[in-house]
Amino acid sequence: MSGENQSVEQPTYRVVGTRPIRPDGVDKVTGRAIFGADVRLSGMLYGRVLRSPHAHARIKSIDTSAAEALPGVKAVITGRDFPDPQNKVAASGEGTVNLRSLAHNCIARDKVLYFGHAVAAVAATTPNLAEEALKLIRVEYEPLPVVLDVLEAMRPDAPLLHEDLRTNEMGQRSERPSNVANHTRHERGDVEKAFAEAAVVVEREFRTSMVHQGYIEPQNGTVLWNADGQISVWCSTQAPFDERSQIAEILDVPVSKIKLTPAEIGGGFGGKLSVYLEPLAAMLSKKAGHKPVQMVMNRAEVLAATGPTSGSCIRVKMGADRNGCIVAAQAWMAYEAGAFPGSPVDAGAGVIFAPYRIPNVRIDAYDVVVNKPRAGAYRAPGGTNAAFASESVIDELAEQLGIDPLEFRILNGAKEGDRRADGPVYRRIGFIEAAQAAQAHPHYSAPLAPSRLDPTGKNPAIKRGRGVAAGFWFNWGGKSSAWASLNPDGTVSLIEGSPDIGGSRASIAMQLAESLGVRFEDVKPAVVDTDSVGYNDATGGSRVTFGTGWVAYRLGQKLKQQLKERAALLWDVSPEQVQVEAGMFSCNGHRITIQELAAKMHETGGPIVAGDTFESEEYGPGFGVHIVDLEVDTETGKVQILRYTAAQDVGRAIHPSYVEGQLQGGVAQGIGWALNEEYVYDADGHLLNASFLDYRIPTALDLPMIDTVLVEVPNPGHPYGVRGVGETPIVPPAGAVANAIYHATGVRMTTLPMSPARILEALGKV
Amino acid sequence: MARVWIPALLRGMTGGQSEIEVAGQTVGELIDQLEVRYPGIRERLMDGDRLRPNIAVIIDGVRSRQGLRQPVNDTNEVHFVPAISGGCSEAHERSR
Repeated sequence: MSGENQSVEQPTYRVVGTRPIRPDGVDKVTGRAIFGADVRLSGMLYGRVLRSPHAHARIKSIDTSAAEALPGVKAVITGRDFPDPQNKVAASGEGTVNLRSLAHNCIARDKVLYFGHAVAAVAATTPNLAEEALKLIRVEYEPLPVVLDVLEAMRPDAPLLHEDLRTNEMGQRSERPSNVANHTRHERGDVEKAFAEAAVVVEREFRTSMVHQGYIEPQNGTVLWNADGQISVWCSTQAPFDERSQIAEILDVPVSKIKLTPAEIGGGFGGKLSVYLEPLAAMLSKKAGHKPVQMVMNRAEVLAATGPTSGSCIRVKMGADRNGCIVAAQAWMAYEAGAFPGSPVDAGAGVIFAPYRIPNVRIDAYDVVVNKPRAGAYRAPGGTNAAFASESVIDELAEQLGIDPLEFRILNGAKEGDRRADGPVYRRIGFIEAAQAAQAHPHYSAPLAPSRLDPTGKNPAIKRGRGVAAGFWFNWGGKSSAWASLNPDGTVSLIEGSPDIGGSRASIAMQLAESLGVRFEDVKPAVVDTDSVGYNDATGGSRVTFGTGWVAYRLGQKLKQQLKERAALLWDVSPEQVQVEAGMFSCNGHRITIQELAAKMHETGGPIVAGDTFESEEYGPGFGVHIVDLEVDTETGKVQILRYTAAQDVGRAIHPSYVEGQLQGGVAQGIGWALNEEYVYDADGHLLNASFLDYRIPTALDLPMIDTVLVEVPNPGHPYGVRGVGETPIVPPAGAVANAIYHATGVRMTTLPMSPARILEALGKV
Repeated sequence: MARVWIPALLRGMTGGQSEIEVAGQTVGELIDQLEVRYPGIRERLMDGDRLRPNIAVIIDGVRSRQGLRQPVNDTNEVHFVPAISGGCSEAHERSR
């Protein structure tokens, strides 16, 4: 891999920008790290879930008596065991969650709404017994008509998933029930007039399939509902505090009764922001006589019944003048929400034209329920779908105008002071810098290897092409809380509440070390349970290195101030007279290190401890520009990625290796989404590819090493210039790959995934 | 006076106007003034005495954390935009 780092400013840091070994590294590589499924409690039972074989059906009756009679079965539950929450909306990740929908998604009440919807659950002394008991539960269903396609679900005569669902249009509800849960519009300028005057107009419709995050560790939850009413939860989560609230609401118990301990997490990508198993395990625990219950999904359950991201239909129309300036853009976007409202279509509407300065714009966004699993967040939710559409049209516009595709993007690129398509004005952003970095990269000027001949040596069956695309993500600040306490040997214990998914223990500890003036190795970070630290928003929205990093910076300053006071006490001077540089305190010829001060803390006033909670909304969005070379086998339809370069404005890379890893991971997932991944249902809504054999995520054999260019345009809203980096890199790949396939074959692909079958179809080979 | 951008779906209530100068010291006061001029607009933005949960207020490009209590001044540009969903969000009200 060739990682590059381009910074517009180069302040001198001692820790920020270095590449230390992560604090959790040894436990992770030796298998000692404790994941949710590793939790073992005395007398623990094993829970399993009975899931619906129908995509849409009314539950007429459930008979659990035979299961309950099976020796070894300790509890059986159905939806009737749970209270029915109101339509209360609570915070969840970057957005909000309707708790009634969440509760009904965890376990169905009167209707099942998708294949795999939970109907009942069993706790038994062994997993096999629990499985056997599931077979003894008798459920009588009344099958209902199924609607799987977003456009079909929008038809007035479509089968309704929720008889009480009305279309919300900015606070106004439709009179008739509908599967369209929400409609949003952004509009500025005069789109029709601008299109009429444009020199070039391109309009296309795009479709994308529902896809899954593909995290390796399945959902799990171990719960003890103790006889004293205290509930202890161990699980794999990105959002310990939000999930604690969700569990409390679903069980209708005070939040103070629940302590949630986040285990190590084997990937989330947005998919572990809300609960699935934990409320069921809790209720089983209570019903089994307050014994702990562990539930772990298998892969088929993960795919069928957790929170993939939306399939979509997106229509984009864009126009430009003869000088190559985009004059108008229009998008119509409909996203599948799955069984309950809440697709990321509004985020998609924010992403779709975000990199560009466009004077006339209209975006309509529709959130539509269908008989598929309830959509969850997935890395830049809604963004990849949107950019696939807009970046394909941008590419076509550039081609028709005869302008280099990167030059066209730079010509129209948004800068500080430009207005986003959805209204607000950008502060300091680095889209132009990222695009220029991609343009200057040797990849972009390297000659593309010629197409290859087929085995007969006559026809160029292997065609090669190069594509580019841009992407944007909002990022997020959120609320973070943490504690830091100085140890007598001069090290610092850092207590935080942000689950570490992408190396944030390191990136947070590095910022505390930088702020305080100690070595990275002197900071000992720990992620603790919800009783042991103040509230933290989820690890999501690319927020932790920014938001919790802000808190780490402030903790360092607070500790430093206390140390100045201790030094001042020793030297009989005022704290303001004490100077600090790189961990050395000095005044009037006196000098003392942090370690020496720490050793004296009990004789200068006692423990040195700081706590802090902070929220900043100045998180600064991220922009990326990608280049891909690929080859298309026109006989088989297979696409092979040959070379990939991702340039991104990362603000300031606290730990460049982990930033590079985020870019590479986002690209890898984006390529999988572009080429292979999709949920395949039959006409009755049965999921046909609920395994990693049939749901094809990329492997190391499918991808080249992905080059990265870290462009550092510091975010003025953070002491070290941090911007979130994790989500932006999944936004451009589908568009870049589609544009490269066009370059190779002359065919515009408008449906994801661009699988071999679809490519052969587009080439007219089948 | 602050400049308020009217969401596209509410412009039918403002005679098509997309930007309106409004007096007020807080976001709540801006909405009160809008309601005086465009009756019914408050209900579209608020649920009872709170902003609708699917609406975020952006002031000069920065999301407000104080909802209706967020102070505004004469130089501010105020947007009411959809609260960005994490995909797990469901901010749409169902009839009860």
